[in-house]
Amino acid sequence: MNGSRAASLTVPWRFAWLRIEGFPWIPAIIISIIAFAAVFAEVLAPYNPEIGVLGDRFRPPAWQAGGSGAYLLGTDHVGRDVLSRLIFGARVSVVVGFTAVIVAGLLGTTLGILSGYLGGWVDQVIMRVTDTWLALPALTFAIFLAAVVGPSQWNIVIILAAVYWTRYARVIRGEVLSLRERDFVRLAIVAGCSKKTIMRRHILPNVLNSAIVLGTLMLGIVIVTEAALSFLGVGVPPPKPAWGLMLADGKKGLMAGYWWLTVLPGMCIMLMVLSANLLGDWLRVKLDPQLRQL
Amino acid sequence: MTALLEARGLTKHFAVGRGLLGRGGGVVRAVDDIAFAIEPGRTLGVVGESGCGKTTTAKLVLRLEKPTAGQILFENQNVAGLEGDGLLLYRKSVQAVFQDPFASLNPRMRVDAIISEPLITHERLDAGAVAARVAGLLDVVGLPARSRDLFPHEFSGGQRQRIAIARALSLSPRLIVLDEPVSALDVSIRAQILNLLRDLQRELGLAYLFIAHDLAAVAHMSHVIAVMYLGRIVEIGDAAQVVSAPQHPYTQALFAAALPAHPDERREEVVLAGEVPSPLNPPAGCRFHPRCPKVMSHCSQEEPKLKPAGGRQVACHLY
Amino acid sequence: MSALLEVSGLSAQYVGARGTRVTRAVDDVSFTLEAGRTLGIVGESGSGKTTLALTLMRLLPPAARIASGSVRFEGEELLSKSEAQMRAIRGKRMAMILQDPMASLNPLFTVGDQIAETLRAHESMSRRGAWARARELLAAVNIAAPERRVGEYPHEMSGGMRQRVVGAIAISCGPQLLIADEPTTSLDVTIQAQYLKLLGDIQREHGLAMIFITHNLGIVARMCDQVAVMYAGRLVEAGPVRTIFNAPAHPYTRALIESIPKFGDATERLTAIEGQPPDPAALPPGCAFHPRCPLVVDRCRSEAPPDARMAAQHRARCWVAAPAPAGSVKG
Repeated sequence: MNGSRAASLTVPWRFAWLRIEGFPWIPAIIISIIAFAAVFAEVLAPYNPEIGVLGDRFRPPAWQAGGSGAYLLGTDHVGRDVLSRLIFGARVSVVVGFTAVIVAGLLGTTLGILSGYLGGWVDQVIMRVTDTWLALPALTFAIFLAAVVGPSQWNIVIILAAVYWTRYARVIRGEVLSLRERDFVRLAIVAGCSKKTIMRRHILPNVLNSAIVLGTLMLGIVIVTEAALSFLGVGVPPPKPAWGLMLADGKKGLMAGYWWLTVLPGMCIMLMVLSANLLGDWLRVKLDPQLRQL
Repeated sequence: MTALLEARGLTKHFAVGRGLLGRGGGVVRAVDDIAFAIEPGRTLGVVGESGCGKTTTAKLVLRLEKPTAGQILFENQNVAGLEGDGLLLYRKSVQAVFQDPFASLNPRMRVDAIISEPLITHERLDAGAVAARVAGLLDVVGLPARSRDLFPHEFSGGQRQRIAIARALSLSPRLIVLDEPVSALDVSIRAQILNLLRDLQRELGLAYLFIAHDLAAVAHMSHVIAVMYLGRIVEIGDAAQVVSAPQHPYTQALFAAALPAHPDERREEVVLAGEVPSPLNPPAGCRFHPRCPKVMSHCSQEEPKLKPAGGRQVACHLY
Repeated sequence: MSALLEVSGLSAQYVGARGTRVTRAVDDVSFTLEAGRTLGIVGESGSGKTTLALTLMRLLPPAARIASGSVRFEGEELLSKSEAQMRAIRGKRMAMILQDPMASLNPLFTVGDQIAETLRAHESMSRRGAWARARELLAAVNIAAPERRVGEYPHEMSGGMRQRVVGAIAISCGPQLLIADEPTTSLDVTIQAQYLKLLGDIQREHGLAMIFITHNLGIVARMCDQVAVMYAGRLVEAGPVRTIFNAPAHPYTRALIESIPKFGDATERLTAIEGQPPDPAALPPGCAFHPRCPLVVDRCRSEAPPDARMAAQHRARCWVAAPAPAGSVKG
């Protein structure tokens, strides 16, 4: 037996990530920080993000002239602490972003598997729906839906999931089409497994990698969409802090030189999306060759 | 002795290329009215080149495809149209090993799960019984017991084929379809696997449908050989006879084309002209006639039937 | 007369993981090939035979490097040539055929374009002249109706025909040496026979020297004058084809020949070799074959045997078969 070869590969694939060179530490740390902030917002944020002190409006960040240590990153147009709003905004972005991605992923992956494996009219129906959906521009569609159902955090999650599940369905369906022809699936049929069992035991685990990679890449897109929706005023309703909303509000102060109201939330959006993309990119490269060499 | 599996008039046509309005398009006659029998504990070897229909035949026997016409009699019961529970019962008796050891095993499943999957699909056994059976199967195919916890990528090609064989054996089938089981393996490993297959046949009374393009391997493993060309069986008979004295001109060309085992081995050179025609448009009459070195005028008009000649069946107007 | 190709002490390595992991793919390989003769290089996966072929043509990927040795082709040292000089040699004086004709041909260009491309790269020809020559070449490789075929695309042809086109490209500029890496593995048996016959005819007609890289001893028996057997990157036995088949010295060669099913052989069991070919990244110490060798002795486990001459043209690396008397010669 090739013991030497076996020894180095007995680490379950989930944890093998950390052993592999090229792991994107910085993006991972950034995302961890954001997630941490989202979870422990109450503890970390110095102030209530929704209530402001009108007397302290438009304070600049601490390092600038006129700033103070009381408001590290300044205040906005109603005197709310920007840092606290950013921290709570992380929660919104993380919750909305992750939940939307997961819901879209579940829906899209399931439909993709059904469509790809069962074929026939199931495939036709799902694909025609997907095609129609994809033909609509995502943002416009989202705005339309938001205007119809009204703004609320959970409505936004549903809307984002509804808009973006089709991307999963397409990609996963493609993978399933080729997986279906693989010998181990044929052998499962020969063994007498039902279609349901085959989809669950053989197809799903082998498309999980693609679904995860797609998820990390979608995270960026979803967050930007959420920010755009908030910016346009059809996203998460005020006074709940959302980074996109902060951008919209801060827009008014840009001319007056209140740069921190737009730049800081903008940077947060950028950092989160960039980190998610870099992580997804790395995942895609790392998970794919392993699959190929198997 | 009644045959374990018998094919009668077995036919499979595939429709291809439908036009915009759903009409037109051709028919690929992948397998056209073939008949053969596999005795219990014996091997039927099938040889032929691309497009001959041997892979489709394997799929039909495995019921991965449904025949367009004809019967597949397993222990005298026609399984060609079976569905549901009847089909499930058939599957208990007929399993398969395929060519590519890297694609035959689900990379996400542990070896014990892979081997026991057929078992748990058909029978209700507790975990202990399943584990015992898996351990026994690993032993039978010559793999160490600790293989059960490992993943396929930790094994070499030859070892993976052993895992595939262990899985095929898990339900104690009567017949195993072997589709090019050693072609993707290193030369020095092939003999190991072929020996294992022969040992298993002897010990367990397994019947094999052995498909391969390596003529010598098929000759070594088979009791009966069927030669296929463009969806038809052109010669079928006792392996030793077919190999030593092929009757059909195509069989003769095939064996003449096989590579020698020694530089001094001289073969009568029968180099066929032309390419294998497309199964979409087989030649009229005898499908082999455009390439046949012994063609007669008769051959393009009437398709020859399998007739007894020289102790076996040959489909050729020469006999 | 100096040989057409003289390879001496050639070693090539793959360097991975930022220079930390070195895999010896070809280790101290030496052989010679005379003009017009055919050499068969036999090996399994991990034996290094394809890396050897790529090294001869100086076509190694960036992760590989030639560690040592020399390759003299028509008296010239290939390893010291620049890329521009190698480009002038490849296709014109040395040609190569690979296993998968569909991968060797560009699906976007016609067959005529691809033959003409080689011609115009090496011989100054007009487009019309190159196409005319392409038609002649297609006829030379026994493709019927070459005037029509020359304008076809690869996907319009069968596998056997594509491989012939690849052959036509290879001989288009009249090379002295043709290296064929598993040229018939993807072909049907009767098509393979046609193709090998074609290669034999071309060789006789043009006095071409050929190197067949294959795992199939049948091809060697049919086509080759000399054999070199590779295992784990080393040349473990080399000699004339009849000597190797009649009296193989190295236990691996012997086991390989015996393990192949033969027609008319009534024995029940094939002689199998235990274990599997080693992973080039994790070779056993000493002789790489020792874990699988039926004749293994203690020395095999620690020391790799040198290239020992057993007879005039017959060499082997084995402590047991060729105990390396004093004065044994390398190469």
